[in-house]
Amino acid sequence: MQKVNLDLNLKNEFKSLNITENFSEPVLEVSTEELPGLLVYLRDNKNLRFRQLIDILGVDYPKRVNRFDVIYLLLSHEFNNRITVKTSVKLDGALPSVVPIFPVANWFEREAFDMYGIKFTNHPDLRRILTDYEFEGYPLRKDFPLSGHTEVRYDDELKKVVYEPVKLSQAYRDFDFESPWEGTKYIKKETDKR
Amino acid sequence: MAKETKTMNLNFGPQHPAAHGVLRLILELDGEVIERADPHIGLLHRGTEKLIENKTYTQAVPYFDRLDYVAPMNQEHAFALAIEKLLDIKVPPRGSHIRVIFCEIGRILSHILNITTQALDVGALTPSLWGFEEREKLMVFYERVSGSRLHANYFRPGGVHQDFPVGLKEDILDFCKNFPKVIDDLENLLTDNRIFKQRNVDIGIVSPQDAVAHGFSGVMLRGSGIAWDLRRSQPYEGYDKFKFKIPIGKNGDCYDRYLCRIEEMRESTNIIIEAIKSLPEGPVMTTDGKVSPPSRAAMKKSMEALIHHFKLFTEGYHVPKGEVYACVEAPKGEFGVYLIADGSNKPYRCKIKAPGFAHLQAMDYVVKGHMLADVPAVLGSMDIVFGEIDR
Repeated sequence: MQKVNLDLNLKNEFKSLNITENFSEPVLEVSTEELPGLLVYLRDNKNLRFRQLIDILGVDYPKRVNRFDVIYLLLSHEFNNRITVKTSVKLDGALPSVVPIFPVANWFEREAFDMYGIKFTNHPDLRRILTDYEFEGYPLRKDFPLSGHTEVRYDDELKKVVYEPVKLSQAYRDFDFESPWEGTKYIKKETDKR
Repeated sequence: MAKETKTMNLNFGPQHPAAHGVLRLILELDGEVIERADPHIGLLHRGTEKLIENKTYTQAVPYFDRLDYVAPMNQEHAFALAIEKLLDIKVPPRGSHIRVIFCEIGRILSHILNITTQALDVGALTPSLWGFEEREKLMVFYERVSGSRLHANYFRPGGVHQDFPVGLKEDILDFCKNFPKVIDDLENLLTDNRIFKQRNVDIGIVSPQDAVAHGFSGVMLRGSGIAWDLRRSQPYEGYDKFKFKIPIGKNGDCYDRYLCRIEEMRESTNIIIEAIKSLPEGPVMTTDGKVSPPSRAAMKKSMEALIHHFKLFTEGYHVPKGEVYACVEAPKGEFGVYLIADGSNKPYRCKIKAPGFAHLQAMDYVVKGHMLADVPAVLGSMDIVFGEIDR
């Protein structure tokens, strides 16, 4: 892995840019407006060549104003390094689609839309992708219950699959084992001898 | 009067045997030529990422077995690497070697399944019968080391769960001695087979530029002639200490990808032999009590050890706040885990990057203009497994 050869004048070009480092890889935080420009720059700059988009992921922080983080992972085969681009968007906001820059983004954005309800403007085909046809709600949001809202079964009288509200015969058992306990020191010494 | 052309829609799957699982592919056909392919996925969606957010780190490991279920341990590996990076713990050399051995076994498992079922899709029955015999032997190795043929739960953060049982090392070596002969047999059946070549050569050609732009990784990328293998370019788990070659395709068609997989199986066999011969002694799991349980013997004697064990398997361990991306060269390509930890004992977000997701997405681009009969060949060569695509 090589170090990313980032141009220090980048901040003049992209006003909202904020560069940090995570595990010695650069993380670029940028506003949604400047995102496509930055991705084009990262892809085409001859010192960077981040030509492969590895993944796009959404993250939900319900308490924040800009509720969703959208993270773009990029890889450069030529220089053998990786970079992370982050942006954030409001619940009712939208961010520009990057499908014209990276064709692979098509399904990644559909997945983020399906799981979080993040909207991408100018996406060629923003349909749900992983959930059921006519599914309602956004399952990976933190306020979506783990058990979901509906369940399906085959109804022998109607001769078809029917959707019903979830009925749990036993309540979901969420044990809270959290404690400040952080392991024992003296056992560690004993196992070191082993 | 203008000539009226009419396209026909064809539903391929979700219960088609050549769809390699539950793929519903809606094909728009002009005669026998495909104009558009629209894969509908998600029929195997189980909400793995949501479930992982609600389980402790220890409990999340088995979910990775259920992603790409033909090579389970490779997936666990990515998750373990992500946690190890966040916790900053090192795997002891013996644990590391055992991981390499089982990663390569996983690669062979996956490639055998893919090559033989691809052959099955284009009309050759025998390879699958021969190949599955070998797969069964490898799954017995899985069983001997982890207690389970498929859902191993063997790679734990910090190392592997248990050391090799007596005799396993020798048996794996024995297998590696005989396996190249089986690859030769498979090659005799397929490589120069006229029908197999007619169905695969020059089918589904992907240019190097398009392979990168469409997010391909693994064999799909190497088949198109790009020398990229994470084991070599961004080494993890001590892969830089092993000698192996990386086969590269020339034409980027289905046949080249098949050849790459055959060669990779030979290389994997060599890596396994090398790793077993240089297998060091010592622990297989880190001795850091934060993630590794106390020994059984200690638990019988010490109350503290018993409490330690109980807390470790109920509460689990706390992972410090942070974000990390860890990836491995899984048999199908780059399998990655983006983990966001909030300092508690459960992941805040665990995004799984499955290689097959990007590959299947390119289906429309690859099969456009091909004949209907080429769809199974292309699907087969993409190495689609729905466990990881639907998650």
